[in-house]
Amino acid sequence: MARAAHGKGKGLKTMTVLNASGIAREVRSSYAFVERNWYLVKRYWGWELAFFVYTIASSLSVIYIGKAQQVNQNDLVLYLGIGTLVWAYLRAVFDAISEMITWERWEGTIEYTFMAPISRLTHMLGTAAFSIVYGMLRTALLFVALALFVNLDLSRADYLGALAVTLVGSLSFLGIGIMASVLPLWFTERGAEMTFIISSILLLVSGVYYPTDVLPGWMQPLARISPATYFLDGIRRSVMSGQGIAELWNVLLPLMLMGLVSIPLGVWVFLQVERLAKRTGRLKRNG
Amino acid sequence: MQTDAIVVEEIVKAFGGTKRRWLPGRRRAGDARPEKTVYAVDHVSLRIRKNEIYGVLGANGSGKSTLIRLLSTLLIPDSGRASVFGHDVIRDEQVVKRMLNRVSVEASFFKKLSPFENLMYATRLYGLSGAQAKREIPVVLQALGIPEDRIHRPLEQMSRGMQQKVAIARAFLTTPVFLLLDEPTTGLDPRSKLDVQEFVLRLRNEHDATVLLTTHDMAEADALCDRIAILDRGRIVAEGTPSELKAQAATPELLDPTMEDAFMHFTGKSIEEAEQEEAEPVAV
Repeated sequence: MARAAHGKGKGLKTMTVLNASGIAREVRSSYAFVERNWYLVKRYWGWELAFFVYTIASSLSVIYIGKAQQVNQNDLVLYLGIGTLVWAYLRAVFDAISEMITWERWEGTIEYTFMAPISRLTHMLGTAAFSIVYGMLRTALLFVALALFVNLDLSRADYLGALAVTLVGSLSFLGIGIMASVLPLWFTERGAEMTFIISSILLLVSGVYYPTDVLPGWMQPLARISPATYFLDGIRRSVMSGQGIAELWNVLLPLMLMGLVSIPLGVWVFLQVERLAKRTGRLKRNG
Repeated sequence: MQTDAIVVEEIVKAFGGTKRRWLPGRRRAGDARPEKTVYAVDHVSLRIRKNEIYGVLGANGSGKSTLIRLLSTLLIPDSGRASVFGHDVIRDEQVVKRMLNRVSVEASFFKKLSPFENLMYATRLYGLSGAQAKREIPVVLQALGIPEDRIHRPLEQMSRGMQQKVAIARAFLTTPVFLLLDEPTTGLDPRSKLDVQEFVLRLRNEHDATVLLTTHDMAEADALCDRIAILDRGRIVAEGTPSELKAQAATPELLDPTMEDAFMHFTGKSIEEAEQEEAEPVAV
């Protein structure tokens, strides 16, 4: 049976200590979030479709900038295509995690989820698992849709390298998503909108559509601490230059380190803000 | 000898107070103005026996819902303590969570999802396997009078009464030993109200559950509760069985008082007047 040690204001000490059956139970409970989110995607299929059409249109409008160039047209199309696809994936992962609270507040179910006998880590793992699977499926569909309009030359791609960057890079992005998800818990009125600021800064500094060295000097440190920078660099090198896992260590290592730091930090921040919400009654406010 | 299942000792929860400054900087004259502190629950102590239905009667804003949230681990008290079957609600939070469930005045579901989908989510959170949940959900919903063809349709297409029955089903499926009912029948038609009340009794009798029911419905409290506490401005002003409370309100002019009379006797106002006076505190 699971045991809980809820220390006063000690963040990570509030995590549940589990034995084997407890772990099995938590894994089963984490599937609740995967299944629920899948049900929501099915029920809100109209929204999904509309947002998907929007993503195709905005991706193509960027890719055609490359097509309009006279030199290195194919490379530019692929460069921008990778930018739009990777950003669509990261945005899907980031949104699914950062909306963890927003969505429940909107539906009015947040108190029931927070009252359930699951650890917050289970809550996050379930949400994260869904976000990665959902992000990958959506990006694969987006790739198919974009390929109907433009020729994305994948003849040099090292797929194993790209897969490694995607998996490790996803982990590095989860921590940021978890940290962003506390904003609607902390700021009950406009917290959801604040998460847009984080994603737009990541879009600006990470080299989604241009190399980061065109950014002004004071922005360069931001580019260096953004996991999206390494994610994009790794995917471009594996797809455009055919670099494998061995050659990608200098992006995989920073991504791994970022994941190792940002996920525990994100969980710790979340637990602190959850405690604040329980002290001040912020969980109660719906809508 | 009856044992105390729930123990609440001198618990306090206040909202408001001086606004905390998050950014350093010079304080302006207007910044020093403190907000009004509202004591939602003010030194409340109570003991609920195992298998008892304990009612908390009070107007809107009297602190009933805050008390429920404190016991269901959704709020941290400013002082005092509460325990559920010997487990402290703060220190043993996970253990306490496993023992309780709550039905609130709002059904609180994903409205686009069907009752089945909502209940799959809820039961998985409480550790039920998918196969067990798929087997039990239709049985419980049908026992509550929800037709089979409605089980897979979006919840938003159901009446409030039906949605509230799904909320009762959620609590029933997770077999809590301590059930918190926060005005579960408010706004329901008389038929739905009776159905919900019958189910509460069933849950107590079949699952050996201990129930805390908050309500401002005097007749409901009188009919369902073994003992009642009257809460006024966050403080318990009276406690006893329905007959004891009514007996204390009796006067030579009023030999057979109702619960409404008892409420007026202890609070000095009718429930309608109390509701006009008190506003539910809102967190900042």
